[in-house]
Amino acid sequence: MTEPILKTKNICMSFDGLKAVTDFTLEIMPNELVGLIGPNGAGKTTTFNILTGVYAPTEGEYIFNGEKVKEGETYKLVRNGMARTFQNIRLFKNLTVLQNVLVAQNFNMKYGFLSGTLRFPRFWKEERLAEEKALDLLEIFELKEFAHYKAGSLPYGEQRKLEIARAMATNPKLLLLDEPAAGMNPNETEELMETIKLIREKFDIAILLIEHDMNLVLGICERLLVLDHGNLIAEGEPKEVVNNKAVITAYLGEVEEDDEEEGVLE
Amino acid sequence: MLKDKKRDYIVSAILVIGLFILLLGMINSGMISRYQQGILNFICINIILAVSLNITVGCLGQITLGHAGFMSIGAYASALFTKSGIIPGVTGYLVGLLIGGLLALLVGVIIGIPGLRLKGDYLAIITLAFGEIIRVLIEYFQFTGGAQGLSGITRYTDFRIIYIITALSVFIMYSLMTTRHGRAVLAIREDEIASESVGINTTYYKVFAFAASAMFAGIAGGMYGHTMGIISAKQFDYNYSINILVMVVLGGMGSFTGATLSAIVLTLLPEMLRGFSDYRMIVYSLMLILTMIFRPEGLLGRREFQISKLLDWIKIKIVGAPKGESKV
Amino acid sequence: MVFILKERVDKMKLIIQIINGMQIGSIYALVSLGYTMVYGIAKLINFAHGDILMVGSYIALFSLPVVRNLGLPIWFVVIPAVIISAILGVVIEMIAYRPLRDSPRIANLITAIGVSILLQNLAMKFIATGATPFPKVFDKGPLVIGGISINFTIVITVIVTFVLFGVLNFFMTKTKHGKAMLAVSEDYEAAQLVGVNVNRTISLTFAIGSGLAAVGSVLYLASYPQVEPLMGSMLGIKAFVAAVLGGIGVLHGAVIGGLILGIVEALTKSYISSQLGDAFVFGILILVLLIKPTGIFGKNTREKV
Repeated sequence: MTEPILKTKNICMSFDGLKAVTDFTLEIMPNELVGLIGPNGAGKTTTFNILTGVYAPTEGEYIFNGEKVKEGETYKLVRNGMARTFQNIRLFKNLTVLQNVLVAQNFNMKYGFLSGTLRFPRFWKEERLAEEKALDLLEIFELKEFAHYKAGSLPYGEQRKLEIARAMATNPKLLLLDEPAAGMNPNETEELMETIKLIREKFDIAILLIEHDMNLVLGICERLLVLDHGNLIAEGEPKEVVNNKAVITAYLGEVEEDDEEEGVLE
Repeated sequence: MLKDKKRDYIVSAILVIGLFILLLGMINSGMISRYQQGILNFICINIILAVSLNITVGCLGQITLGHAGFMSIGAYASALFTKSGIIPGVTGYLVGLLIGGLLALLVGVIIGIPGLRLKGDYLAIITLAFGEIIRVLIEYFQFTGGAQGLSGITRYTDFRIIYIITALSVFIMYSLMTTRHGRAVLAIREDEIASESVGINTTYYKVFAFAASAMFAGIAGGMYGHTMGIISAKQFDYNYSINILVMVVLGGMGSFTGATLSAIVLTLLPEMLRGFSDYRMIVYSLMLILTMIFRPEGLLGRREFQISKLLDWIKIKIVGAPKGESKV
Repeated sequence: MVFILKERVDKMKLIIQIINGMQIGSIYALVSLGYTMVYGIAKLINFAHGDILMVGSYIALFSLPVVRNLGLPIWFVVIPAVIISAILGVVIEMIAYRPLRDSPRIANLITAIGVSILLQNLAMKFIATGATPFPKVFDKGPLVIGGISINFTIVITVIVTFVLFGVLNFFMTKTKHGKAMLAVSEDYEAAQLVGVNVNRTISLTFAIGSGLAAVGSVLYLASYPQVEPLMGSMLGIKAFVAAVLGGIGVLHGAVIGGLILGIVEALTKSYISSQLGDAFVFGILILVLLIKPTGIFGKNTREKV
């Protein structure tokens, strides 16, 4: 029996007595594509911050890849196999596209200060391997032609792809995507869906997608979790979940207030 | 790419050696006077200072105001070592410089951990405070010569030694910052949170960059002390730190060639314009403000002056552009 | 007998040192308030803040003849000092900091350092390189409280500080402009969205902060009666340390931080070494940053991801 890559049990999070997340239990199996959805203010961001180790939950247990997660040590979590992207893209804008991907391989490279500074053969070998790997990744994500451009000069959709490529360069076992479709037009979202499918094909990896955009989630996720007011209100296959009464109620309020394009009720 | 880099290194080495031979020739033939030779030595020391500060300010993106403080640590430690006479002669001088550098590195780590562990601008204020503490402490203790300063330091003003140390220091710093470690430092400058999200231990690398920067300030301080023959804590004051900061800001933050170039210009400028020294700090402060408002990446920008690019350009001029190849 | 007497004398000495510490601590507190307000709103260490205190002192010095001619008490120099310092603070923000509001923080910091050096060197070039004496500000005799005679200047310094802090606190929590300041310091984009005039609010912050520094300058001159171009630099750093100690961005933190710093400094100077006072003050800064970087009253905030 395979162990889940990520496992949380009854996680609670409160700020100054205000409960943001209650009894959040989640298991993600290797190779699974899970979506976490919920209306605005449902606690998605807080949950995400707990999962990436930014906050320590006030209660509950969180195990990632066999290790208990501590607060504030994001980089250790990453080294243990978790990669992420950011809602508002965070690239190393003044570094080249290639350098962006190379930075992500830093902790997998082993040469020290001395062999690096004095340019020992080890330096050249590891740098060459890292560059090859980076270029391979860029090729997969169709960014190779931009390798020597500054990351900040890429168009929005390409920046998102680069951010994913950079995350993939850390050899993750789980990729967390934080509202990747935020700020994208339908064409870009379509392309993003293709990219996610591509990751599923090419890499052996689990993905947790936190998203507002229903079309994206319904199109690709195998399992959905719905958060509302910090509580998990539904879980299951996308088709079941969107017909769940509690989910419809949770989203309905929003549909009435906002516009009707959420697509929940189709 | 990597092949291009190798060619770059060879061309740079030839250039550095060529300049060395040229300057030596000029000194030996008397074209450069003793006085001018002294200025050359100071240019070298300021190059090390500017390039080392560039690591913290340009590459890491943090402000430190205590660079002269690290200089004073190096100056005092190395001077006390050579004065002790444990190892005589030039070897003792070189060992002394190393000791000064290592002590500055150690203090850099001690200052860097509280100053850099947090996100924000704490390093600026903590280094400013450090610059003051170190002055107070040096003047307080007896073995440093107290407020009178430390005199009777053997002078090492041989341009050859100073030039070689400078070239080596700049090479090591540049080389270090172009390894995976240096790349991590640049990434932190660009985005600390994103750096953490790709597995970089940001505190470690921030302290590393700052301590490396402090170490070379210590070495430069040691050279300074052994050029002057007498040092006092007051020489390494806030204004000296600001002078170095101006060099980095003008030279282009993050550019090693830029820092080197502006160190040369800003050391020569007060020598050439006598009246300038009166208004120097006013001009410098205005330069800092105006550069930040109008050209925040530094006057000369972030780019390195690349010899290979220059050679390519010359080749194109002479031979004509190679076919089927377009440069970005 | 002798022991009891010695004990009493020791106790008196301690109390006197603590009172002395409160006096310089109050001045740190006034300057620190400006730092903390500006940092809270503009997220900028305003290195020039200490130098505004220096400018305030020179304004006080230059307005002496006018005050004397009008037959007013000397402390009236505080009025022109406050007005001109406040204007200077606003002008500096408009020229040097405002164009850089959306630039990387390092650019802001370098500009602030530039402004600080500019003020210091303009003063050195065009006013005086050394110290100029300042006359006695308050010429009342000492007050005797509980068997201890306390210098009148000390009493007035501490009282003025607390009164100004009270007024500022009222202003921040009860008035429209004060609330706007709090809103901008929480989230300036959101404040802008709900209709707060961010530029005007930031200007007001600089005006108030600089005005408080000017009050601090006159109180400082009352105890240390000389003006010099570099007087603001060390005082400014210490006031910033006080702000960090109390928790940057927190008003009462600045006051408590200032007082603690002043007392520690006075005690170090009298009991350990007169030279090492500054070193101890900065030692505190390093300790605070290591142990509780948010300061005594600071909130634990994390950068939004």
